[in-house]
Amino acid sequence: MTTMIPVTINGDAREVAAGSTVRAVLDSLGLHPRLVVVEHNREILDREDYDNTEVQAGDTLELVHFVGGG
Amino acid sequence: MNVQVAADPSPLVIAGREFRSRLILGTGKYRTNEEMVRAIEASGTEMVTVAVRRIDLDRTKEEGILYHLDPERWFLLPNTAGCYTAEDAVRYARLGRAAGISDWVKLEVIGDQRTLLPDVQATLEAAKILVAEGFKVLAYTNEDVVTALRLEDLGCAAVMPLASPIGSGLGLVNPYFIREIKSRLSCPVIVDAGVGTASDATLTMEQGVDGILMNTAVAEAQDPVRMAVAMRYGVEAGRLAYLAGRMPRREVAVPSSPTTGMLD
Repeated sequence: MTTMIPVTINGDAREVAAGSTVRAVLDSLGLHPRLVVVEHNREILDREDYDNTEVQAGDTLELVHFVGGG
Repeated sequence: MNVQVAADPSPLVIAGREFRSRLILGTGKYRTNEEMVRAIEASGTEMVTVAVRRIDLDRTKEEGILYHLDPERWFLLPNTAGCYTAEDAVRYARLGRAAGISDWVKLEVIGDQRTLLPDVQATLEAAKILVAEGFKVLAYTNEDVVTALRLEDLGCAAVMPLASPIGSGLGLVNPYFIREIKSRLSCPVIVDAGVGTASDATLTMEQGVDGILMNTAVAEAQDPVRMAVAMRYGVEAGRLAYLAGRMPRREVAVPSSPTTGMLD
């Protein structure tokens, strides 16, 4: 059975499979990597690093994008 | 040759980038995305602002703006709207740049919830950090010439004083200070916020400023597409009137028709 670990994504407590990369988290949420900016524990993550950055228990992810604004 | 191009030969240039339209539009508060896109098209603008927000992971809201606006067609200017500290504004600016579209930012640090007037000190702090990080900073500020001069000294690409509070539609409340800012700064001066209707846009451009950034006046019009066209003409009319130079104001009437040759 897959071990799940607790993380915070956009302010919500969630669980992801242990060993998940950021890329895997985005895939599981159905998000296109090109249209998302990821902040991992307050550090902005380069898109090239989505595949090699593993999410750890207790990590905080902010997934943002552009919306309408003035 | 196009009459408008002949009449206003110089483009708006910000940080080396040329814009033929002097109107910049916000993309917030439209009733639908479809209406927003049609209004933007109708306005003739080449630059639109966008905000950085969390993705709604439950997808109860609309998808991101990039599903609706082609960044190849319109230059996207990320903003730091909603930020109340320099630290937050810098964080949002970096997130906006990380989207990979440009290193421009509309810097906005709010100091008061009721008036949404800028926190001048925090704006200056954030501008200094962002300029050092290589951002092209277009700074929203009040109509205070001292702050405007400091923002220019810090290396902002454009200084953007308000016409009146954000979303108020009160129009240009202080033409004198806007003129003063324009006459004292060498960088582009874009009036940002407060314009309510086309005549406000014209009056604002008549002060000689380089452009106008607006959102609510178009988005909250009964017919945003029609208002977008009105704003396009309003901005052009004001620009041309400024370039043409208005006649002097006189306290007495002067007839327009000859006073000679009248019948006995």
